Amino acid sequence: MAEPLLSVRDLVKTFAGRRGRTGRPGAPVRAVDGVSFDLGAGETLGLVGESGCGKSTTGRMIVRLLDPTSGTVTFDGTEIGGLSQARLRPHRRHLQMVFQDPYSSLNPRQTVARIISEPLLVQGAGAEEARQRAGELMELVGLIPEHLDRYPHEFSGGQAQRIGIARSLATSPKLVIADEPVSALDVSVQAQVVNLMEQLQQELGLAYVFIAHDLSVVKRVCDRVAVMYLGRIVEIGDKAQVYGNPAHPYTRALLSAVPLPDPAAERARERIVLLGDPPSPADPPAGCGFHPRCPKAQQRCRTERPLLEVVGTGGRQAACHFPEVQGVS
Amino acid sequence: MALLLEVEDLKVAFDTPRGTVRAVDGISFAVEAGRTLGLVGESGSGKSVTSLAVMGLHHGATVTGSIRLHGQELTGLGERELGAVRGRRIAMIFQDPLSSLHPFYTVGEQIAEHYRVHFRAGRKAGRAKAIEMLAEVGIPEPARRVDEYPHQFSGGMRQRVMIAMALACEPDLLIADEPTTALDVTVQAQILDLIARIQQDRGLGVVMITHDLGVVARVAHEVLVMYGGRAAEQAPAERLFAAPAHPYTRGLLDSLPRLDDGDDAPLRAIPGSPPSLLAPAPGCSFAPRCARTTAASAEEHARCLAERPPLDRLGPPTAGHLAACHLPLVPEGIV
Repeated sequence: MAEPLLSVRDLVKTFAGRRGRTGRPGAPVRAVDGVSFDLGAGETLGLVGESGCGKSTTGRMIVRLLDPTSGTVTFDGTEIGGLSQARLRPHRRHLQMVFQDPYSSLNPRQTVARIISEPLLVQGAGAEEARQRAGELMELVGLIPEHLDRYPHEFSGGQAQRIGIARSLATSPKLVIADEPVSALDVSVQAQVVNLMEQLQQELGLAYVFIAHDLSVVKRVCDRVAVMYLGRIVEIGDKAQVYGNPAHPYTRALLSAVPLPDPAAERARERIVLLGDPPSPADPPAGCGFHPRCPKAQQRCRTERPLLEVVGTGGRQAACHFPEVQGVS
Repeated sequence: MALLLEVEDLKVAFDTPRGTVRAVDGISFAVEAGRTLGLVGESGSGKSVTSLAVMGLHHGATVTGSIRLHGQELTGLGERELGAVRGRRIAMIFQDPLSSLHPFYTVGEQIAEHYRVHFRAGRKAGRAKAIEMLAEVGIPEPARRVDEYPHQFSGGMRQRVMIAMALACEPDLLIADEPTTALDVTVQAQILDLIARIQQDRGLGVVMITHDLGVVARVAHEVLVMYGGRAAEQAPAERLFAAPAHPYTRGLLDSLPRLDDGDDAPLRAIPGSPPSLLAPAPGCSFAPRCARTTAASAEEHARCLAERPPLDRLGPPTAGHLAACHLPLVPEGIV
């Protein structure tokens, strides 16, 4: 890869533990525990995993809604992970975010014009110019510019998410972090928003970090995918490799757990059903975080933490002592 | 006859300040013992309202039509008579187990509560039943965990507790309203397997309400697709997925990104959004979003917009395939 647009290194986020009845803080929770990846301009990286795996926390640290405990975030050649909010501001225009719940991420007391132009006003644009741009953005995301003076509740869920996307595009960003952008939407509307995001990427050359728990949607939109478990990336690589021939047992189990909308295919499938639930990041197991649920776990997995290493050809990496390598991938 | 639940022309309407909402507007279905009916639809399609009506849990709603369990009519029953059925013969589990469990009582007390009421059992027998049920739903160390509180269980374990509670009175019918939507996929697989196992063991009839067509494909024998409070299509699962006749069903399947598909072509999204139930259109409620309506001749187009399509049989009577559409897609191959 040429100079990546975004380069994340050893990102860690520790939250103070919840106070118990004694009033003393509990053990710190390592929500994100050493995440590294690169993302090129115009590319999409899918960040998948189950609840509590740290995928949203990672996304929030990249846009600095959360400050990293340690590690670096290099965006467009500048280390932004440790910048003050004031110094960060000039970079913010190139780095935007789309949230899961379109209604709670739009101020109900502001008109759509105001919501979409807010980032422009913050960046110093004039009111007239911002309003005109808001109209253009409405059109770009498939809404009617005449509706600029309406309020969020007058729009359906899918339309409200389009407003959220329009707002994120107001400052012509290079990178959009989309945190579960379609999971609150109805199936029939999901596809509209996915198509819109793909179309905008092509037109505007955007890069996305697409955070989602829905593996089918991520497969659809991303070029590369990172699978997270307990705050770490357990597998990362090109979509075709990770989905077609997963190396980490967790990736395999995750993919096999997704129900297919086809009764015949469902019956014919070999499914790996994992035991138990994901462990709490407040009390992670020793060694490989996945070992208590892993069908392949051995003694070594209980004591020694596996590092992300290249598996097979094609550059895909997996953090597993016993990765699956089937044929030549 | 092994018909467990028969629902006929069920209508549920709510009076709101902005007018009457016909949340469910005339749907019929039946569930046999040991079988699973998948009730599919998007938000506002009426699927949850249907299930609550079957449970008699609607306050302030006008419910008409017929709901029969083992031939016994449930609509019009008083609270006391309904109480003997609810929780005993029909049990229900919900999407969010944490908000359905009482935080101040142990899971054992909650599982035993219904059992003790319906079977007039004592504290001791109730506790024994709770331990037995926890073991049946796969909770390790049931004798210890019976005395724990809901917050001490993980999301997947809480849903198991809900299932234990639902099954303690040995109901004939289980209504599961999005039981795995709040769970992670690996845990979802466990819960779906558990429900299937218990269904086999006990010959339970199941109504599985979900928006996830993958879940339906995995568990359902029959499927009812709802749209705007009405049935769009009803068919055995195999047939529905292989040869959907209603353009809405087809559209739902086409708009899904799939793990087992290529992903080069754009998703075929359904334009627009689900209809308002406050002011239902006179014709087919899907017509404004329907590609077949748009492509139809002026005459057919007008009919879709003006005339509500009846739920008609498609293919041979044995196929059990119904669709409410003026312009159904011809089922391929198996007509």
